Amino acid sequence: MSLLLDVTGLTMRFGGLLAVDKVALRLHEKEVVSVIGPNGAGKTTVFNCLTGFYQPTSGQIVYRGEHLEGMKGHLIARKGIVRTFQHVRLFKDMTVVENLLVAQHRHLDTNFFSGLLNTKRFRKSERSALEFAKYWLDKVGLTEFANRKAGNLAYGQQRRLEIARCMVTRPEILMLDEPAAGLNPRETEDLDRLILELRDQEDVSILLIEHDMKLVMGISDRIYVVNQGCPLADGTPEQVRNNPEVIKAYLGEF
Amino acid sequence: MSKQVIVNALISAVTFLVLAGWLLGISMQAEPGGVQLVFAEPSHLHWLWGGMAAVFFGQLFFPSQVDKLRHVAQAKKQRFKLPAMDRKGSNLVACFVLAGAIIWPFMVSRGSVDLATLTLIYVMLGLGLNVVVGLAGLLDLGYVGFYAVGAYSYALLAAEGWGFWTCLPIAGAMAALFGFLLGFPVLRLRGDYLAIVTLGFGEIIRLLLNNLTELTGGPNGISGIAKPTLFGLEFNRKLKDGGFDTFHNFFDISYNSQYKVIFLYLMALLLVVLTIIVINRLLRMPIGRAWEALREDEIACRSLGLSPTVVKLSAFTIGAAFAGFAGSFFAARQGFISPESFTFIESAIILAIVVLGGMGSQIGVILAAIMMTVLPELAREFNEYRMLMFGLMMVFMMIWRPQGLLPMSRPHMQLKQEA
Repeated sequence: MSLLLDVTGLTMRFGGLLAVDKVALRLHEKEVVSVIGPNGAGKTTVFNCLTGFYQPTSGQIVYRGEHLEGMKGHLIARKGIVRTFQHVRLFKDMTVVENLLVAQHRHLDTNFFSGLLNTKRFRKSERSALEFAKYWLDKVGLTEFANRKAGNLAYGQQRRLEIARCMVTRPEILMLDEPAAGLNPRETEDLDRLILELRDQEDVSILLIEHDMKLVMGISDRIYVVNQGCPLADGTPEQVRNNPEVIKAYLGEF
Repeated sequence: MSKQVIVNALISAVTFLVLAGWLLGISMQAEPGGVQLVFAEPSHLHWLWGGMAAVFFGQLFFPSQVDKLRHVAQAKKQRFKLPAMDRKGSNLVACFVLAGAIIWPFMVSRGSVDLATLTLIYVMLGLGLNVVVGLAGLLDLGYVGFYAVGAYSYALLAAEGWGFWTCLPIAGAMAALFGFLLGFPVLRLRGDYLAIVTLGFGEIIRLLLNNLTELTGGPNGISGIAKPTLFGLEFNRKLKDGGFDTFHNFFDISYNSQYKVIFLYLMALLLVVLTIIVINRLLRMPIGRAWEALREDEIACRSLGLSPTVVKLSAFTIGAAFAGFAGSFFAARQGFISPESFTFIESAIILAIVVLGGMGSQIGVILAAIMMTVLPELAREFNEYRMLMFGLMMVFMMIWRPQGLLPMSRPHMQLKQEA
């Protein structure tokens, strides 16, 4: 398994506040890695740094031998690192299919004139985009809602659509920010299955922030624990579960 | 039978009485000293009561049937078919409307055609601003600036002896360039802040036009702008120096000033149709979807690899280009332009057209443009109260129908039905 993402000494400072302090993180191909920690520990800030929404104060982010720090968010996304958000961010007034078509923007024929003249090449590229959208709608079970406005879907469906929207960009790394938040136990089980399916069948590596310990412990290959911006521990679920410091800071006594 | 059904039936019956009462219940009789309104014959009134009863009982007993029909219709719609994004039926309707619009000017008075031409200019402006405000969600209060750029581009180039059809793309390109330039400083702004900067931009353009006296003639404006020609044929009574021929002379018919008005109308119609076609295509292109996505959520756009810079600039540029086309046509039609024509109130009216029509909806914008230009004209008798009525109408519209006359409908993508 080759190394995909190598983060070292990642630090993010907002004025006097040290939100993230020398966090290190490694992600290999076809791996599910989780980042856990109490609220306000800086997990989402780490995500924001990795995806270019924040420019990290210092530290290195190396993706397949290429430095990403300082790169703009949309360029990082084009390299194959996409994310979902803690609060669902769909294009609410657009239909479900349109959400998936927007996400395929850079794989489409965006030439102004071929679109204006509706050339054969343009139609072909639109058709293949629709078919790819259909493939993912089937995967996340939203085909029957294809022409529904995204904002009118149930919350669990919106979550799934957001994942599908990331997947149609054909990413290598999928970053999920609390994907199980607000889901009922059954939906969480479905999510569990979906994430494993993404890893095993679609060859994506997954970086996960989550508070649902059952989910995290069940599917993670490795876990990083962050507390108050500092890395606290890392290792396999078994190692983390039995680490006394993690229990004290986050998990609590069972 | 639920209470609601009875109430519904009562409301329908009363509505029927009000609507039909005007037609059947009252008749006009000419008498010495003027027309008198009198109640109609009892036989007419019988019909009225009969109709009311029919409506009442129909609503009372058959609402469920009507509902069932609706369900059947919806069930049919929900099936996926082959991927096809264009609807044939609406194309047919559009053809009929277009044919009507072409024949229409030959049957009405000169004043009406002139007003219709003005309306078409506003349709074009509304459709252009719709790209920026309705689709991309960037509130632009200085749109009239691009309109002015287009108008002055044509006026100045025409003075150098350039023809209308050569100038049209140049004027559009000039306006687009200004749109692009305005786009840069406002890239980081949103909402109210963006509105204020664009407002300032519109004013800057107007003040520049007012003060660059050598180039633009200052407050005196530019007059004697050449009218468009039909393949070199002029529509004047007499040929100007260096012209090819006049229209009436070439076809050997007597001169009629109506020809020019109709020609201008048809040209405006052509431009509007082109605008509609282009914007319709844009909506179905990746860039059109990206505009809407940007309006919905800029951060999500970035996370999916869309560059907000490119998307915003393209919206500003393309929107401005349409204003440029409209502006150059406006200059050609008026024959005279001055900074007076490009004040803030124009921007406000165009924005009102977009908002009234329903953000993003093309048909809505067209309807609103017609309303906004024709209604003030119809209400000319109430001269002093015109703006008051106008304002009241807007207020009530926003209370009752904040989404606009015809809110945008989502394109229905049809996926293949699996066997």
